[in-house]
Amino acid sequence: MRREPPQRPADYGPLLFPAGMLTLFFVVPFATMIAVSFFQREQGGFYTPAFVFDNYARFLSLFFGRVLAFSLFLAVAVAVACVVIGVPFTYLLSRSKRNIQIVWLVALLSILSLSEVMIGFAWSTLFSRTAGLTNLFVWLGLMEQAQALTPSFGAVMTAMTYQALPYTVLVLYPALVRLDPTLTEAARTLGASPIRAFFTVVVPALRNTILATLIMVFIFALGCYLLPQLLGRPQHWTLSVLITDQAIYQSNMPFAAAMAVFLVLVSLALVGLALYTGRQKEAK
Amino acid sequence: MSGLNLNHVTKQFGTFTAVNDVSLSVPDGTFVCLLGPSGCGKTTLMRMIAGLDLPTGGSIELGGADITAVPTHKRDLGMVFQSLALFPHLTVGENIAYSLRIRGIAKDAQKARVEELLAMIHLPGFADRSVNKLSGGQRQRVAIARALAISPKLFLLDEPLSALDAKLREAMQVELRQLQQRLGITTIVVTHDQREAMTMADTVVVMNKGEIRQAAPPVDIYRRPADSFVADFIGQTNLIPVEADSTGRALVLGRIVEGLALPAGALKGMLSVRPEDVQVTAPGNGTISGTVTFVRDLGGAIETFIEAAGQQVIAVSSPRNRPEVSVGQQVGIRLDPATSVVLAK
Repeated sequence: MRREPPQRPADYGPLLFPAGMLTLFFVVPFATMIAVSFFQREQGGFYTPAFVFDNYARFLSLFFGRVLAFSLFLAVAVAVACVVIGVPFTYLLSRSKRNIQIVWLVALLSILSLSEVMIGFAWSTLFSRTAGLTNLFVWLGLMEQAQALTPSFGAVMTAMTYQALPYTVLVLYPALVRLDPTLTEAARTLGASPIRAFFTVVVPALRNTILATLIMVFIFALGCYLLPQLLGRPQHWTLSVLITDQAIYQSNMPFAAAMAVFLVLVSLALVGLALYTGRQKEAK
Repeated sequence: MSGLNLNHVTKQFGTFTAVNDVSLSVPDGTFVCLLGPSGCGKTTLMRMIAGLDLPTGGSIELGGADITAVPTHKRDLGMVFQSLALFPHLTVGENIAYSLRIRGIAKDAQKARVEELLAMIHLPGFADRSVNKLSGGQRQRVAIARALAISPKLFLLDEPLSALDAKLREAMQVELRQLQQRLGITTIVVTHDQREAMTMADTVVVMNKGEIRQAAPPVDIYRRPADSFVADFIGQTNLIPVEADSTGRALVLGRIVEGLALPAGALKGMLSVRPEDVQVTAPGNGTISGTVTFVRDLGGAIETFIEAAGQQVIAVSSPRNRPEVSVGQQVGIRLDPATSVVLAK
């Protein structure tokens, strides 16, 4: 493998293909979206090229502010839930026998093959009054009467966490497998109980991986637009739901584009902030 | 009884017996080396003493109390791992203070103890450094200081010096021994390096295939090995078959060696003679006769390879009394009964 920096323009040749793909499938659509977000909407029609700020001005309202705040809150909550469940789970998984690990990883990968629609309808059945989990609780004597758990915030959270958890585990798994198992043993010989060793050694040693996982799930959850509609009440709808609504049902492309651009900017700012605080802590 | 006592400790992994019925008594303040080839069960034995593995049979006592079922974090010990296992997210000082922090000791007391330990390992002022920026020897010292922070009853080290280069390793062996003597702490070291064991230990425990072959002071292990495995594993030795003749005298390579006797009733055995105890003389005169096949002059020592009755014998002599021999020459070999050990075959 060559190590020295490229000398001649021809040395950059191998970069042409990925650069071309990136331009065609990412830069061009994204630039189009930014451009459209400044276009003038035609009432009853589509849109005409222009350079107006109407679309951005429109969601500077309390309603959209509230939706944005809820979207961010939901994404953070899902990210935290995934990490809180995923880290101990993956830690135990990485310490278990090889064939047990394979079974779990295959099962988790198979969740990824399910579409968001399937996951949504499956959970709405599981949370329903007639065929849902509560019937099982009644049968076990834990509940008096079967009841519907959806639509609710809990249902949205559960389904989104379920959907994001495989990604969480897959991101955490390599780091946890590589973690030196003698670190926890050393902590135990130094007087820490296994649980204490987990929180004082494993979690801090994986701080950067955990931060990266939080950011990944956060962004993943921000883009989720089906589950809040299927399992939540209108107040649980996220900005992504509104974007879909504007773009597809209201035919208001410029407004949808403006919301999407704004969402990207806000999430980039939050990710930057998280990385910055992480960097600060490391420097200390 | 105080000290550390292992009573018939056994560890099985499925059908494989890693440690088989090991009993050992380690008095307070002694330095013990568990020595053996890889896979001999020495590390498993240490992990059981630390509580990281549980024995499938037998019991372990420390300071008069049975600790067989006591979890690791409640045993009063410090351990240095082969990988050192320094916590990468903590500084040198935080690593050393870890056990103090876990025990809820006041911050300033922690700080004072860390300073004291850093002075002990000759790294004063290193408290705020990152452990990732230390050299191999420095990391080693930090791991030792971390294990000793609470002044444990028992100090365990698993192949502690294997990651260091040869020169540094020799220096650390001396330093570790001096530290142990100064602190008077009961110490157990696992190693496969017999030089390391000879340098540091009060008692060397030679293990093979999950069993203790001999437990004795280093010089005894070297001079009076219990069996041919120990003789061969510790240093260099000549293992020569020995037979008893009709009158019970020892017959070695076709010659009677006066003053050497086989154990009562034994007809065959193995003679262990250290190369430095083999004297090369002129042929005849009641000596074993042989032919020089190779001479290796190492400067500090001269090794003479001699073939006698189909058996290779190596003699080592210092340059001061260099044997004036050349390849192909007929020589005589004299074995001193005082320095030859007859082992059961």
